[in-house]
Amino acid sequence: MIGEDDVRYVARLARLRLEQDEMRRMTAELAKILAHIDKMSELDTSAVPPTAHVLDLVDVTRADRVEPGLSREDALRNAPAVADDSFRIPRMG
Amino acid sequence: MTAATDAIVRGATRDWEPVIGLEVHVELDTATKMFCSCAVTKGDPPNTHTCPVCLAHPGALPVVNQRAVEYATRIALALNCTVRPRNVFHRKNYFYPDLPKAYQISQFDEPLAVDGWFEYWVGDEKLRCRVNRVHMEEDAAKLVHAGGEAGRIAGSDSSVVDFNRGGTPLIEIVTEPDIPSPAAAREFLQQMRDLVVELGVSACTMEEGQVRWDANISVRPVGSGELGTRTELKNMNSFRFLQQALESELPRQIAVLEAGGRIDQETLHFDPDTGTTTPLRSKEEAHDYRYFPEPDLVPLVMDPAWVDEVRAALPELPAARVVRFMERYGLARADALVIGGPGALARFYEAVVAEGVDPKLAANWTMGEYLAHLNAAGLEPGHGHVTPERLAALVRLVADGVVSTSAAKDVFAKMIEERGEPADVVERHGLAQLSDVAALEAAVAEVVAGHPSQVEQYRAGKQQVLGFLVGQVMKATGGRANPKLVNDLLRTALDR
Amino acid sequence: MEGLDTLRLTAREAKKLLVDGEISSAELTKAYLDQIAAVEDRVRAYILVTADNAAKYSTKVDREMQAMRGPLAGLPIAVKDNMVTEGVTTTCASRILNNYMPVYTATAVRQLWDDHVVMLGKTNLDEFAMGSSTENSSFQTTRNPWDLGTVPGGSSGGSAAAVAAGEALWGLGSDTGGSIRQPAALCGVVGMKPTYGLVSRYGLIAFASSLDQIGPLTRSVYDCALLLRHIMGKDPHDATSVTAPAPVDLPSAERLDGLRVGIPREYLAVGIEAGVRSRFDETVALVEELGGSCVEVSLPHTEYALPAYYIIAPAEASANLARFDGVRYGYRAADAGDLLTMYERTRGEGFGPEVKRRIMIGTYALSAGYYDAYYGRAQRVRTLVRRDFDEVFAEVDLVASPTSPTVAFPVGARTGDPLAMYMSDLCTIPVNLAGLPAISIPCGLSDGLPVGFQLIGPAFSENRVLGAAHALEAALGFDTAPPFRDAAAARVTGAAGHESAGPAR
Ligand SMILES: [Mg+2]
Ligand SMILES: [Zn+2]
Repeated sequence: MIGEDDVRYVARLARLRLEQDEMRRMTAELAKILAHIDKMSELDTSAVPPTAHVLDLVDVTRADRVEPGLSREDALRNAPAVADDSFRIPRMG
Repeated sequence: MTAATDAIVRGATRDWEPVIGLEVHVELDTATKMFCSCAVTKGDPPNTHTCPVCLAHPGALPVVNQRAVEYATRIALALNCTVRPRNVFHRKNYFYPDLPKAYQISQFDEPLAVDGWFEYWVGDEKLRCRVNRVHMEEDAAKLVHAGGEAGRIAGSDSSVVDFNRGGTPLIEIVTEPDIPSPAAAREFLQQMRDLVVELGVSACTMEEGQVRWDANISVRPVGSGELGTRTELKNMNSFRFLQQALESELPRQIAVLEAGGRIDQETLHFDPDTGTTTPLRSKEEAHDYRYFPEPDLVPLVMDPAWVDEVRAALPELPAARVVRFMERYGLARADALVIGGPGALARFYEAVVAEGVDPKLAANWTMGEYLAHLNAAGLEPGHGHVTPERLAALVRLVADGVVSTSAAKDVFAKMIEERGEPADVVERHGLAQLSDVAALEAAVAEVVAGHPSQVEQYRAGKQQVLGFLVGQVMKATGGRANPKLVNDLLRTALDR
Repeated sequence: MEGLDTLRLTAREAKKLLVDGEISSAELTKAYLDQIAAVEDRVRAYILVTADNAAKYSTKVDREMQAMRGPLAGLPIAVKDNMVTEGVTTTCASRILNNYMPVYTATAVRQLWDDHVVMLGKTNLDEFAMGSSTENSSFQTTRNPWDLGTVPGGSSGGSAAAVAAGEALWGLGSDTGGSIRQPAALCGVVGMKPTYGLVSRYGLIAFASSLDQIGPLTRSVYDCALLLRHIMGKDPHDATSVTAPAPVDLPSAERLDGLRVGIPREYLAVGIEAGVRSRFDETVALVEELGGSCVEVSLPHTEYALPAYYIIAPAEASANLARFDGVRYGYRAADAGDLLTMYERTRGEGFGPEVKRRIMIGTYALSAGYYDAYYGRAQRVRTLVRRDFDEVFAEVDLVASPTSPTVAFPVGARTGDPLAMYMSDLCTIPVNLAGLPAISIPCGLSDGLPVGFQLIGPAFSENRVLGAAHALEAALGFDTAPPFRDAAAARVTGAAGHESAGPAR
């Protein structure tokens, strides 16, 4: 059963700030959804291979050929903050 | 004495042996990035080689670079790995500003290749290290920290991200913990670098961080079959610092264990200034990477025929070349390693030998004056004024007795300085050996006449005096006299 | 042009008018812009109407008709706002992408632009396509033109409502678990999810990469095929795209002779509304009248499809949406101080509740110790769901079901109960898990609201699906014009759509 500590841990992993009441509501909702999802455990799937792709497609690659990319202006166009022709971020330490 | 017994560390209570494993990251020299068609470059202005894919814009999708797969396969085969028939990319999820998708496309349980080995020399001993796996992934972007001291995160007030490097093809080579000492780890990495360069897949320039290593190290009582708890040293790119870091971590672990303490599995930072290691991040930040198969890419099926083609096209590998140099040119193992390891130097050496000069003499000059010159001038083998033909010409002058060995060193220096040919330098500076019998006879006669007591001693049976007299003749001729000839003439004169 | 009935006009008819010179692209485009002006304040289908650009570009197409001739030239279209369009803001109906100006264009849209299609604007959706009612949009709630008090379905509710309301000739949507077919059903239009891989996903803002497909929302099955032909094809930028084994034909079938249609009993056991069930049964009878035969079949793992989907889709989404971190584009929380706080606040403030819920489920399901129990198991269940279809398609040519268990529900009716909302997609989700093509066509009304009939085919059987749907459509004779009544007496609220710089072309 998922508890508030799990939800707090997962929220940190996902870098999602949840307010206190959001945290409580989320715990209840996730518990309910996961209970529904647990229906899967009725099935014995041990002998069933997983499907990651529906297509039986393999070996899709591209040639090692340079193609024009973005101008620096376009690269930085949407940046919330820019410094030194680069993306500026708040202090990491 | 072996490399392994060499590495045993005497503790206060018992003897310990280090256990070291390495992870080697190599940036490939492909034209484009791993999953997009942006150029792989060095030193260009920030954010001038990006696209929606490597900036992780919404909706952008990765496509695998075929050449990167080929280069990675070369490395895997050169490390005697089994190339797995089916390759799958996974997403490795974590937030970091140099990782724009917040996941790295890497390989997890279905990597490119597994179960290989790498043989390397430590002194006269050949060691084998098992290779656990070789896999493909993408490199992170570059972070620059502003404010604070010397570009460190700690104390900086902001950072900037340059995505030029982001997405560069990266190969990760993971070894088993088979490396017995810090010195062996250093040898391993130097020889591994030679190998990768030889394969033509990466220049492995150290300053650019094109090759980086993580090392994990633990200790255990000698004879114990169990592995101790290891610590990790991340992202090193200097052979010397890596060895120093491991050497400083060893006694620390032993001291902790002998005091009855426990080693924490943690990542350490090595500070070359203090020579000590400190924990990098706290344990509560333990990573939970949430790997799952990358749904935007399909599996790679490695066609055995193609793998065989790649294998057949591999160049001669350094290890094999070292053995060949020993057998074919009669070189000592240590010399063969120095000359035969790095491909460019080996090719230079063989070009010198191909001019028909004595291989051992050529080896001495290649390892000695030539290598010193490369290091001093910051040149790669084969570059600069000293071509194989010129070095061979000089070696021939020595072999033919035209110049003495000591004069030849002068010739070498002046040849570079004046950008001339060895023979012209000898001519211009009058550095040729004196082999004119009449002239030397006169010099010998003068020395014999000038040192009657020494002559007396020699004639009384004190053979060692001959050397002194030869020296006097050499001195009188400004070092240019042919020493062998002087020897002969002196004996004749004295025995008369 | 006077009297152009945008509520009924199909692309096929519009194209004929253009080719015959009875109408210009500018006139056609204006008709839709006029309809947008007339009803958009009630329907709220668009996040952005690019009226000026559409008018300008249609005039250009008229002027340069010689150079710009092509099967779709001059026809106006609405594009779901989760496909990036260079020079036209793209929001995915999320605060986190507010003011995001794409630097490239989704391949499917690019192909249409290259065909000189006129883009009318970007349509509303559930934030990041997560939802079944378009109520999860951060900006506005789109209304169903059949009853303005009800939802249009989702997540492609904006494109579906725009087509139904005559605000677009046709539109593009995307379908991850029913997001084209369910709103098509609820809005009384045609919607198709192609076989996975048929249409490039490059530039489609990813929700669940292994499930997402772009597809058409149209007023007729013929239009659906016509649009699909122009957006499909292998794209070097999408490693999961493929070349169809055969071209998609323009359908002309009138009969269903010899066609075997399977009716999965599990799909009818999930609480189908009586009115929906009646229309469905009548349509099944019609299949037989047209020469087809219907048999009951079983897809035994149906009840496990929804749980598997609600692991796979959120898990993939949790990674796909991790890139929205406030570093390179989009919303960034102000004055966050340090990086970790910036990340957490940007994402906490930028994403709406449903998106957060799914990121949380997905992150949880992939986190240490849970992979096997959730993601790993869901992938195995996915195999079982695929096998069910494989076995059924050994016996029948197509599978039929109601598209949605209910007709359009009132705005707000299910927002408090995520699970109830998830149930809207019971009949559509297995199709995405198996990667199959499926179409929804309107098959009548229940209480004055449209009912959708779903036809599912084996992978790459688009021609079979479209052909059968075309024959049925003709026999059904559904009138696509909605009454714009307001039975639920709900008032449409929300801010007006905004216009930004139009496409640079
Ligand atoms: Mg790695
Ligand atoms: Zn790129």
